[in-house]
Amino acid sequence: MQVLKPGGLANEGAAIELRSIDKSFGAVHAVRDVSMRIDAGRITGIVGENGAGKSTLMSILYGLYRADAGEILVGGAPLQMDSPRDAIAHGIGMVHQHFMLIDSFTVLENLVLGAEGGPLLAGGMAAARAELERLGREYGLWVDPDALVADLSVGEQQRVEILKVLFRGARILVLDEPSAVLTPQETEQLFRILTTLKERGVTVVLITHKLREIMATTDQVYVMRQGAIVASRATRDTNPEELAELMVGRKVLTRLDKAPARHGEVVLRTDHLSLVDARGVTLLQDIGLEVRAGEIVGIAGVSGNGQTELLQILSGIRTPSAGTVEVGGRVFDSAHPATPAEMRALGLAHVPEDRLRQGMVGAFSASETAILGYHEDAPFTNNYLLDGPAVGEHCADLMQRFDVRPRAPGLRSSSFSGGNQQKLVLAREMDQAPKVLLVGQPTRGVDIGAIEFIHRELVKSRDAGCAVLVVSVELEEILSLADRILVMFAGRIVGEVAPAEANERQLGLMMAGAQAAA
Amino acid sequence: MSTSRRPLPVWADIILLPLINIALAFIVVGIIVEIIGVDPFQALGLLVTGAVGSSESIGYTLYYATNFIFTGLAVSVAFHAGLFNIGGEGQAYIGGLGCGLAILAFDRFLPAWLLVPIAIAAAALFGAAWAAVPAWLQASRGSHIVITTIMFNFVASALMVYLMVNVLIAPGSMTPQSRGFAPSAALPVLLGSTLNLSIALALACCVAVWIFLWHTSWGYALRTMGHNPAAAVYAGTNLKRMTMLAMCLSGALAGLVSVNELMGVQHRILLDFQAGYGFAGIAVALMGRSHPLGVVLAALLFGALQQGGAELSFDIPGITREMVVVIQGLVILFSGALEHLPRPWLQAVLARRP
Repeated sequence: MQVLKPGGLANEGAAIELRSIDKSFGAVHAVRDVSMRIDAGRITGIVGENGAGKSTLMSILYGLYRADAGEILVGGAPLQMDSPRDAIAHGIGMVHQHFMLIDSFTVLENLVLGAEGGPLLAGGMAAARAELERLGREYGLWVDPDALVADLSVGEQQRVEILKVLFRGARILVLDEPSAVLTPQETEQLFRILTTLKERGVTVVLITHKLREIMATTDQVYVMRQGAIVASRATRDTNPEELAELMVGRKVLTRLDKAPARHGEVVLRTDHLSLVDARGVTLLQDIGLEVRAGEIVGIAGVSGNGQTELLQILSGIRTPSAGTVEVGGRVFDSAHPATPAEMRALGLAHVPEDRLRQGMVGAFSASETAILGYHEDAPFTNNYLLDGPAVGEHCADLMQRFDVRPRAPGLRSSSFSGGNQQKLVLAREMDQAPKVLLVGQPTRGVDIGAIEFIHRELVKSRDAGCAVLVVSVELEEILSLADRILVMFAGRIVGEVAPAEANERQLGLMMAGAQAAA
Repeated sequence: MSTSRRPLPVWADIILLPLINIALAFIVVGIIVEIIGVDPFQALGLLVTGAVGSSESIGYTLYYATNFIFTGLAVSVAFHAGLFNIGGEGQAYIGGLGCGLAILAFDRFLPAWLLVPIAIAAAALFGAAWAAVPAWLQASRGSHIVITTIMFNFVASALMVYLMVNVLIAPGSMTPQSRGFAPSAALPVLLGSTLNLSIALALACCVAVWIFLWHTSWGYALRTMGHNPAAAVYAGTNLKRMTMLAMCLSGALAGLVSVNELMGVQHRILLDFQAGYGFAGIAVALMGRSHPLGVVLAALLFGALQQGGAELSFDIPGITREMVVVIQGLVILFSGALEHLPRPWLQAVLARRP
């Protein structure tokens, strides 16, 4: 780390200065009087829970929103940011969490998109190719210019996004939750790239809610809570515990306290389970697993290695090509497939990986979402007629017990924050006192405070004798929750590890397929 | 922090916004009418008196609205299931075949209290059956329902021409019409116009659709499928069965147009009695936000335009039938295709005054 004296540099050292930025959306005060100084040539982190105002603040900086009050200074001069074009013109580039690439275009074509340099492509493309090579050399960011984006790994796609921004001449790079979609190895690579960028004089702003990343990469960190900056620290003078407490506003247990599991009998078992899709691609191969009552089994793996399909089969949504699934003594196979309704009737509850796409209906009220899958059961339905008051009371009760905010059963499900949506779905599934609980990505897009709560509830379920199967791409989560860890890679279970003996590096290698346990 | 603005309150969404859309449409209509040399205020006056000026004209307006309610509801039910039923036209036509066949078969010996329910049931059943085929093709073969329902309109049309010309034509007649129904199949007429008791059936259907969609577990599953098919599968809904159910209900509602047209007005089967109502139902459903109450309001507007427009073209030579179609088209354009045009502005205005 190069040591710059922080004091006495005045404007010379500040790439961006925000002064008293304020922004409201209707009644919601999203950003409150935020002042911030982003030093040139360093990595500045902004941490905060979902909804703390980080993304809104960066959108103001990038010209997507206009601030209600306050000033933005870039390189010491006050600026009016009316659109992203202004931001780009002043050397500010943004890498979004969701990539904005065209899959069927090559890397080079994506790069010149919007900067074609004239009606004929050829000249612009040649210049772009030269520039891409220069950037690759200078920043160690090599990507094959002629590869189709669709063929690239997620980490490489992100590199293309960064290249796109540099290509447009950005000297200030804003990254919004960049590691959300990466494996641990890809994340490390990303951090090496960021460090190289810094050494070459690029200013980096990193928005994240993962404290480990803040500690590993940044020089300076700002903590946001409820729209305001609650603290700023030099990274070397702080620690994750302090930052977590600042983010949430109270002490947070980063380690989960749980008693050893009391194993009961096997309630969920699969045997030689395989899945081949319509194109002949093998998605799952020879999956054999057992989950006992009273234990949490964690499945670790980079997303897209068959976990999604496994959950679909176990919950009855998809039919396996071969093999059997046994739930509570009933055996299903490809000739006698289960349906989601049958599985639910057997006491299997399922919190799907993608709550917005599967677990809820955004346009429905929270109380309607709270009966999804149980809508034909008493007390919600009698003689085909929905009992509106009973449905409403049920939802109010769930909201009370699982601390879903705001406590408004009539509010549209999509209006709740991610964490509260997740708590609602989890509440619905746990409320049925299931024998088997399948949970996909229990805390995806969920705040630290809510993560702690969700983890405790899952352990509570386990202690009540439920067999819990957790699929997560967050290694830390698997390590703290699971009593046994299975690692999936390329549609197979490549190993089983006891959490006490596991470490992230070894698991990361297994997840990447480098080291299959014999 | 979400990037979208606060959604409009319900009353603004289903009443205020459509009213603004209609006002915009009428401003454009006024400009066009001015260009062809007619005083727009005089034309508007004639349109309004033509639609609601006397009890007779109100009767005609309501008679047209009855058809629009049936087809608007038909499109709405399918729409809530995420299905775009363009086949209301054909389903209404074949519904008329069922209605007419039932009456022709039984009107000589069944009393009215038995004949009328049977004919209504037959209309619904035939309409449902005509929608069931595209529904089945969608559910089991993945053939897109928009394409198949459009095709089925043509098939229905060809089938009816064949049947009317070769099979059902009254003996000795030169026009392709069936023999007249017995008086026991006629619905009571109201307000000295073509308005008849089928409007009560239409309103009953509105209530039934409202109860079904929002107060039964099947309606819940149907709406789940429409908003989020993946969530419906997750919830244990059989999508094929639900697709069939939604389309059959939709087809049955469209089929009921024939109750108004054949049992209320024409008293025989004839060609093209349903002309245009099936398609207009799409606009009615769009404008009515696929809600039964909205459908009734939109149907009243379309009925008034139909009736007032007819009077208008009768009274002012400069305004032809085609001009009336242009007026209807503009209303559909502004309240259907451009319905969201004033929305951001309205949201901004309402956000300022909470």
